[in-house]
Parts: sequence; structure tokens; C-alpha cells
Amino acid sequence: MMLKETNAPFRNTVILIVGLFLFWELAYLIVGEVALRSPLETVEFLGKLMRTDVFWLHLADSMKAFAAALAIAVALGLLIGFALGLHRLSGDAIEPMLVALYSIPKITLYPIILLAFGIGISAKIAFGAIHGVIPVALFTLSAVRNIKPILIKTGRVLKLSPPVMVRAILFPAAVPEIFTGLRVGFSLTLIGTVLGEMFAAQRGLGYLLMNAISLYNIDLIMSVTFLLVLFAATVNALLLAIDRRLHHG
Amino acid sequence: MSRLRFYQFAVVAGFVLLLEGLCLAGVIDKVTMPPPHIIVRDLFRMIIAGRYFADIGKSLANVLLAFSSAYIFGVVAGTILHGYKTARDVLDPLFATYYAIPVFAFYPLFIVIFGLGDGPQVLIGFLLAVVAVIVTTLNGLDRVPLVLKKTAQVNGLNPLQTALRITLPFCAPYLLTAAKLALAYAFIGVIGSEFIMARSGMGYEISYAYTNFDNATMYPLILLILLFSIAANSLLSHWESVLLARRGQK
Repeated sequence: MMLKETNAPFRNTVILIVGLFLFWELAYLIVGEVALRSPLETVEFLGKLMRTDVFWLHLADSMKAFAAALAIAVALGLLIGFALGLHRLSGDAIEPMLVALYSIPKITLYPIILLAFGIGISAKIAFGAIHGVIPVALFTLSAVRNIKPILIKTGRVLKLSPPVMVRAILFPAAVPEIFTGLRVGFSLTLIGTVLGEMFAAQRGLGYLLMNAISLYNIDLIMSVTFLLVLFAATVNALLLAIDRRLHHG
Repeated sequence: MSRLRFYQFAVVAGFVLLLEGLCLAGVIDKVTMPPPHIIVRDLFRMIIAGRYFADIGKSLANVLLAFSSAYIFGVVAGTILHGYKTARDVLDPLFATYYAIPVFAFYPLFIVIFGLGDGPQVLIGFLLAVVAVIVTTLNGLDRVPLVLKKTAQVNGLNPLQTALRITLPFCAPYLLTAAKLALAYAFIGVIGSEFIMARSGMGYEISYAYTNFDNATMYPLILLILLFSIAANSLLSHWESVLLARRGQK
């Protein structure tokens, strides 16, 4: 019985993945070679693509931009989240504004970023970072707020200085929820970086994708899309597993 | 509360004044960004002249289409799915991973399949919105108290009647949250797709203006989109908090 319980999520995931591939194959059989490739063809083409040098250049460029954007989003998000979480009035006032900012189509701001940074890696980094920073800040804010007051009072009684308070009490207590914020921030930063590359870039996977449309290269479109989805889904599944362990552990 | 409003107003006003100051002082040069008062003036001129009304109308119609289809489909799918535990368990990993997937990456593929019309844009908006609606609907249905379900049984209501008269009204705040999320996602999906590649629409006009260094068009349009989405979001958020307050949950 115990074994069955622990195996259920794994079994469900397998069923889901098989189901998605069947759906893909079926869509391919209906739409045909004009616009789609089968899962097998896509994986084969991806294998071929991975043996070219150009692909690795694009991938490296995307990953570099993504890593830098993520670092900025996390650092800035934690800073904003802690500051607003510790100061009640600022938190109450700014939280709804952050939520409103979160819901705007940020892509319309991209031209402004391009004008400010110029076309290149720094614009991509900035665009990825503005996608990721808000969820990290919002989750951190709510994590800091939901810390049990007794912990904070203990810190006050011990006369801890603000930096020690954050390091020894607030951060450990808020870690599970902050981690959820990091997970969401990770996904959104990736989306932001790729989106930035899809418009006005000369390198990166997003650029490769847009370039493939003008060349009507369906193999390339499908394999790059597949790679991005695979990467995002795998990392998210891993982070989700850690996330659940932190919340229930 | 009024103190809070004042604080919020001060933050926004401070930010705009800072931008104005930086622009006028030349720290932000004219090519990068015109001062805020010029942007507002250009926006008024644009509205009075009636320029881009066709694009604005088309974008809003597509947002509405993506939103309403995702909302109706999502609520119905969520309600049905709630009755089938196995199906829900199988789909659960998909829901948990869904928003990590760059849905925009599918846009090129959709263009190849459906052509460069409104279809791919509405589809992206729909795909972004629909899962949030399903998940929020499920979340709400999970919270329906057992006593209400039993009351429905005692009164011999069929599943459709139970849904329409008991569970969905109970879930009203969740359905409102779902609407808020769906609208935001539909907006992001449609405008974003137009921006990446399209032949008309607000997103397209912004990217077109960008390529032509036409700041007098680009900034007012960006401002207009921000105003639209922030207005829709605050309206629904306000309604949501009124509904929650009435139920004593806030």
C-alpha cells in the first residue's frame, strides 16, 4: 500500500508524458509534413543540430544571458521582498502595484529597454530580469510577512542587529515560500530572455526560432521549441520536487 | 486606508517626476525617451485624431475572444475534471509545470500551421489563460463544504443543477480570480504575439514604430496598453476584495 502511494505521482507523470507524445503524433498525422514533424523526426533533427557548432554558439549566448538575468532577478527580488516585508506600510502600499505590474504585457516595454541598452546581450539580460524580479519579490514579501511573530520578538529580545536578524531568523523561517518564488522567477526569467531574443536579437535560441520562420524551416522550429519546452519542464519538475519537500519536510 | 492611498500616489507621482526631471536634464536623451508630459500630450493628440483606432479595436477584440474562450472552456473543463480524480491526478504534473513553459515559443509553429492571421495570436492568448482558469476553478471547487453538497443530494439535484445552483455560486470569488488571471494572460498573449510578428494590432504598431524611431507613436501606445491592463486589473481586484469582504474572508 505504501509503495503504491509513493509510486502514484511517478506513474501519473509517465502516463501524461506518453499521452502528450501520442497527441503530438496524432496532430502530425492530421496536419502532415506541410507544417509539423513527428516526435521521432524532431528528436533526430535535434540530434543533427547538436552536432553543428552554430547551435552551441546560440545556446551559449542564451544561457549566458539567462544566467545573468536570473542572478539579477533573484538578488533584486530578495532585496525588494525583504525591505517591503519588514516595513508594513510600504509593503501594503507597494504590493498591489507590483501585482498590477506583474499583469502588464511586459513585452511592450522591450523597445524602451532596447533604446536604453542597445541591441545585444545587456538588453536581453535586462528584459529577462524584469520578468523574474516581480514574482521573487512578491513571494519573498509574503514569506517575510507570514513569519510567526514570536520568532521576530525573540530576535528583538536578543537585540539582534537587522543584518543578523535577516540571516539568523527571517531567512531560515521564510525559505520554503521564498523557494517557490525562485521557482516561478526561474521560469519567467527564461520566458523573458527567450522572448527578448525573439524580437531584435542577432543570437540565441529565440533568434534561431524567429529566423527559422523566415526560412520556413519547420525542422528547426520544432526541434528548438521542443528543446526549450524540455529544458523548462525538466528544471521546473526538479525545483517543484525540492519545493514540495521544503514545504512538507 | 487613505494614508495608504496617499503613499501609493506619492510613489507613482515621485516616479513620474523623476523621469520628467531626468528627461529634461538630458540624463535620458530624447532619442531614448521623451519626457512624460510629451508622451501624454502625444497620446491625447493620437486619440483626438483617431489614429490607430482600427488597431486598438482589433487588439481588444482579439483579447476579448481569447479571454472569453479560455474562461468558458476553463470553467467547464475544471468543473468536469473535478469529478474525475484519476484524470485530475494525471494532469496535475502538467498544471504544475505549465507556466514554466515558454508558450510564446510555439508562436512560430502556429504561424506555420494557421498562417499569419488573428488565429495564432488568439490561440497563444487562449493557451496562456486557460490553465490558470482550470486550476483556479478546481481550487474553488475543492473548498465547497461537504454540507452544501449533502444538501444538494438531499434535495435530489442532478449534477448540472448542483453545479449551477450550489457549487459555482459558492466559488464566485475564485471564478473572479480566474477571470482576473485569464484577462491578464489573454492581454499578454495577444499583444505579445502581435509584437513578435503580425500585420496589425497595437503590439505590431509599437514594434513598427520602434523600427522607425517613431517615439511620438511608440510611447503613447505603450502608455495606452499599460493603462488598459492596469485599469482592468485594478477593477477586477477591487471587485474581488469587495466579494471577499462580504464573505468575511478579509
